[in-house]
Amino acid sequence: MRDFSDLYAEIIMDHQKHPRNFGTLPIFDKEVQMTNSSCGDQISLQVKFEDGKIKDIKFMGIGCAISMASASVMTEIVKGMDVKEAKKISGEFIEMVTNGKEPADDLKDARAFSGVNKYPMRVKCATLAWHAIQKALSD
Amino acid sequence: MQYPLGSEVKKDFPILSTILPNGKRLVYLDNAATTQKPIQVINAVADFYKFTNANVARSAHYLGEKTTIAYNDARKEVAKFINADYDEIIFTSGTTESINTVAYGWGDENLSEGDEIVVMTSEHHSDFVPWQQLALRKKAHFKVVPLREDGTIDIDTIKRYVSPKTKIVACAGMTNSFGVINPIQEIGHIAHKLGAVFVVDGAQSVPSMPTDVKQIDADFLSFSGHKMLAPMGIGVLYVKRSIIESLKPFLTGGGMIDEVKNDSTTFACAPDRYEAGTPNVEGAIGLATAIKYLKKIGMGRILEHERDLLAYAYEKLSSVDRVILYGPKDIEKRGGILSFNIKGIHPHDVASILDANGVAIRSGHHCAQPILRSLNVEFMATARASFYVYNEKSDIDVLVDAIEDAKRRFL
Repeated sequence: MRDFSDLYAEIIMDHQKHPRNFGTLPIFDKEVQMTNSSCGDQISLQVKFEDGKIKDIKFMGIGCAISMASASVMTEIVKGMDVKEAKKISGEFIEMVTNGKEPADDLKDARAFSGVNKYPMRVKCATLAWHAIQKALSD
Repeated sequence: MQYPLGSEVKKDFPILSTILPNGKRLVYLDNAATTQKPIQVINAVADFYKFTNANVARSAHYLGEKTTIAYNDARKEVAKFINADYDEIIFTSGTTESINTVAYGWGDENLSEGDEIVVMTSEHHSDFVPWQQLALRKKAHFKVVPLREDGTIDIDTIKRYVSPKTKIVACAGMTNSFGVINPIQEIGHIAHKLGAVFVVDGAQSVPSMPTDVKQIDADFLSFSGHKMLAPMGIGVLYVKRSIIESLKPFLTGGGMIDEVKNDSTTFACAPDRYEAGTPNVEGAIGLATAIKYLKKIGMGRILEHERDLLAYAYEKLSSVDRVILYGPKDIEKRGGILSFNIKGIHPHDVASILDANGVAIRSGHHCAQPILRSLNVEFMATARASFYVYNEKSDIDVLVDAIEDAKRRFL
């Protein structure tokens, strides 16, 4: 790593230390569990829908700073969003991290993860929560 | 005069003078994953292509003869290194292929339903999954021996697991996760007493300590070149002569035959019978060169050197707050591998911060998920520093400073 901030941008460290939407929902419509077997990162996601929107979302998990911060950022971005829009944005995030595509503007704070693309060993950590939300929205 | 160790052999390893893009000096402590190569090995491989290259045991011309002689000499060097005979040494691509050769070539031929295979919880996946899959194919029982808290083996526990139905006992000479040196001679004795074959995974032990297959009384022993200064893609399977006839060739094709007819084939004698296709001659030559290099230092001295570094690192890190060290406290039971965690920081983050400080270590499950699961290791992963001939105490000082840096940034 050239510098600490290459991978651990300030936003990432902030979400790692103070994860948003961490916990469980009393009532939810969808629950998804996913693991990143190469590192052992685990995430569990609960989603409540209303009128085609993501009304509420919470996550629990254990894993590295990248995977947990990414989950926190993801929940913050998709909360309140149209299901269709959330599907689009999660695809954009995965493209950005996996293939190094220029970050789209609507990714907001999640653009902080664009540097992960240069660290192939960490790509799965960053995309775990986004794959989980895609699964939650898929059927 | 003794060949030097530590800082003085660093000059033989061009890659160790790497300066990272951030200006830090490379401190390479990921030797249990793979070791770096001395210039002697790099030159031996390059010289093979400059002056020798032809196919082996086929072509009756100047280069063909030269290649065949070099390949045979490499096999002699390997045999001598572990006190085996020439025709007991089979070249493979590495430990994984070696163990699969035994699982398919011996296991499928000699196991029946209800037989047992016994392995340790601490086995690397390459000495675990092939046996588990063999058991599934043959409807055999796959028995995994539990360990003590510190990752060491209790001989009395093994005695309870091995029975007259046991056909195979597999165990690593040294575990790659915690660096525990297993009492393989005793385990082999238990296996043989009940009629099982004893399969030793030497991937971690052969590079770091003296190995004598006659003394261990192993039936099969596997190791990889890349963990002992040699190129990747070359490995060894030792097969005891008295059982070699019961090992069926796993790969068939060119170079391993005696006579081929339309409806049948007779096979060549060992070791050719087990080396179908054009072998990795450059790798074998690289391995022989690496062995000569290691012998100049002396295998006993290498183990001593690794333990010196381990003791130094162990002492320094045991006084660092929040650092958890795995494996036995008794340094005499270990080689130069130190698995650790910093409470509350995921080992992948530890590895990334260490990398920013120039220190290369491994983080994750080390292809040894069963032991981490059995010991309830936080995150099911550890950080692992592993030492080899070119490491020195100042490398460990950098490691300790980098661990403090990780704590500052994450806690």
